[in-house]
Amino acid sequence: MIKTLKNLKNLKVNNPSYNSIMSKSFFKEMKKNKSFYIMMIPGLFVLFLFSYIPMVGVLIAFKNYSPSKGIIGSEWVGFKNFEFFFKSIDAFSVTINTISYNLVFLIIGLAISLMFAILIEQLSNKYLASFYKSVILIPYLFSWVVVAYILFAFLSPDKGFINYVLGLFGKEWISWYGDPIYWRFIIPISYIWKNVGYAMIILIAGITGISKDYYEAAEIDGANKFQQTVKITIPMIMPIVITLVLISAGKIFYANFGDWGMFYTLPKQSGILLPATDVIDTYIYRSLKDMGDFGISSAVGFYQSCVGCVLVLVSNYVVKKFDSESSIF
Amino acid sequence: MEKSAKPGYKSLLPNIAIHSVFLIYCLLVILPIIMVVIISFTDEGFLNIAGYRFIPGKMNLNAYIYIFTGNVTVLNAYAVTMLVTAAGTILNLIISSLLSYPLSRAEVKYRSRISFFVMFPLLFSGGMVPWYILISKYLHLSDNLLALIVPYAVSSVYVLIMRNFFRDLPDAIVEAARIDGSGEFNTFIAVILPLSKPIIATVGLFVGIFFWNDWYTCSLFISENKLFTLQYLLQIIMNQIAFLQGNDMLRGTLDNLPSESARMAACVLTVAPILFLYPFLQRYIVKGLTLGAVKT
Repeated sequence: MIKTLKNLKNLKVNNPSYNSIMSKSFFKEMKKNKSFYIMMIPGLFVLFLFSYIPMVGVLIAFKNYSPSKGIIGSEWVGFKNFEFFFKSIDAFSVTINTISYNLVFLIIGLAISLMFAILIEQLSNKYLASFYKSVILIPYLFSWVVVAYILFAFLSPDKGFINYVLGLFGKEWISWYGDPIYWRFIIPISYIWKNVGYAMIILIAGITGISKDYYEAAEIDGANKFQQTVKITIPMIMPIVITLVLISAGKIFYANFGDWGMFYTLPKQSGILLPATDVIDTYIYRSLKDMGDFGISSAVGFYQSCVGCVLVLVSNYVVKKFDSESSIF
Repeated sequence: MEKSAKPGYKSLLPNIAIHSVFLIYCLLVILPIIMVVIISFTDEGFLNIAGYRFIPGKMNLNAYIYIFTGNVTVLNAYAVTMLVTAAGTILNLIISSLLSYPLSRAEVKYRSRISFFVMFPLLFSGGMVPWYILISKYLHLSDNLLALIVPYAVSSVYVLIMRNFFRDLPDAIVEAARIDGSGEFNTFIAVILPLSKPIIATVGLFVGIFFWNDWYTCSLFISENKLFTLQYLLQIIMNQIAFLQGNDMLRGTLDNLPSESARMAACVLTVAPILFLYPFLQRYIVKGLTLGAVKT
């Protein structure tokens, strides 16, 4: 037994092929491309520090975290934090809100973007077309805080423009910030107002990429603009549309990258509106910031990350099947 | 192109319809912005009686005078935001380009493994809470402007976009520099970067807009008034108005808060830089959006 171990050791030390596989080639590579690897160090360090170390922190979800004891020192509580969240009514409502809002954004937002993209490409006046494009894209550059101000100018209960107009028609003023039901419409409208330009620009790039030959051939055959759109443009940009759909669908539970600021800033954190405006990210943010509950908020965060990861992988798998060029990984 | 050059009667009508659709939508985009601008220039007393209107009533500059003389917080927040945006964008561009260039070189043996390391955080993240605890409890960056900058010094998506750009540059350039005896780092600085101005500008623009618009990092880590960014200050002012409207009793005690028009003026000042620069940068923005979507 000992002899074999010794033999193995000798084998390891003396066998040149073993060394070259493991360490030697590594150091050789490091030496050869030293400057390349040094260049990457700062970036890799930042990623390691701010993206990888927090991954270990998901342990907090299984602990009764107390700041004084630290992550390692805090006691284990198993699935208690998850239990608390999933047994509350919130779990169901924030999950449903997250999914349903994103689906509405996706379907209505893409439909409008697609319509705009097709219509804008029909215009013969290229100057006006690019003017429209620029204007529609403007709100995309605003933060949700700014959009919340613009929205408030319209919806303010006593000074808002909409209530003023309602007053002109002799209608009763509406307390927009007092009833969740309105927000099921206000939120998608705000989203579309801010983001429709983004998808439109991408779809326009796709439409511009379609070869002009198809249209010329169709014209010779006597097809009108509408027929050309239905038979050429739409089928040709379907891959881009489907890719956009799948990528956004994958991102519904995508922690950190989701565009959740609207759910927090637009309703001005009104507690009455929470049934219609609370999504998974705002839930985490509120339990962290307002209640200081690390355990529950990280349990919900872990739930979000896991569902998000599965969704990204599934959607990416489908994208790959459909159009391997457009997949993320 | 030629076919649309001579619009006959047939295509005239649809053209008018399309133009009116876009004109109406553009008004829906522009008018709300104009309304906020008008409110910021309207007299406070007029606002209190008439509410927010498109038709300007009594106009004056009181709100802006108030912001620029009376209330230092807004100006201070402006300075903080500019500092964070400039420092953050420059840091991000330096670190991201340094990381992405080697990933584009075929001779770097471990490039695909490192690329995976860069991409994996897009797939799974530890979430907001561990990230928050790391920065505030372990790195002690609470109430430190570094907390707003350093966590965003690298963004995986932009690294991948830059890598793709560098990869498409002709290899002969690098080879030529090598024959001339240039080291890899020197080649990157003197040859590659000047050729990469378009991608640097595009990525820098998006990173800059991100830093300018970021309110949530500030809300998590900064509690000292002097270090508030513009967006977070706006966010706070908005919450205070909700608070004010709910509690009439407190109205007198919170006199130092910006009033109606000043609040909208702060909002105008927040978007003004973006709106002023937009016509010049629009080309890069469109390019960046298309780049990011086509392949990340």
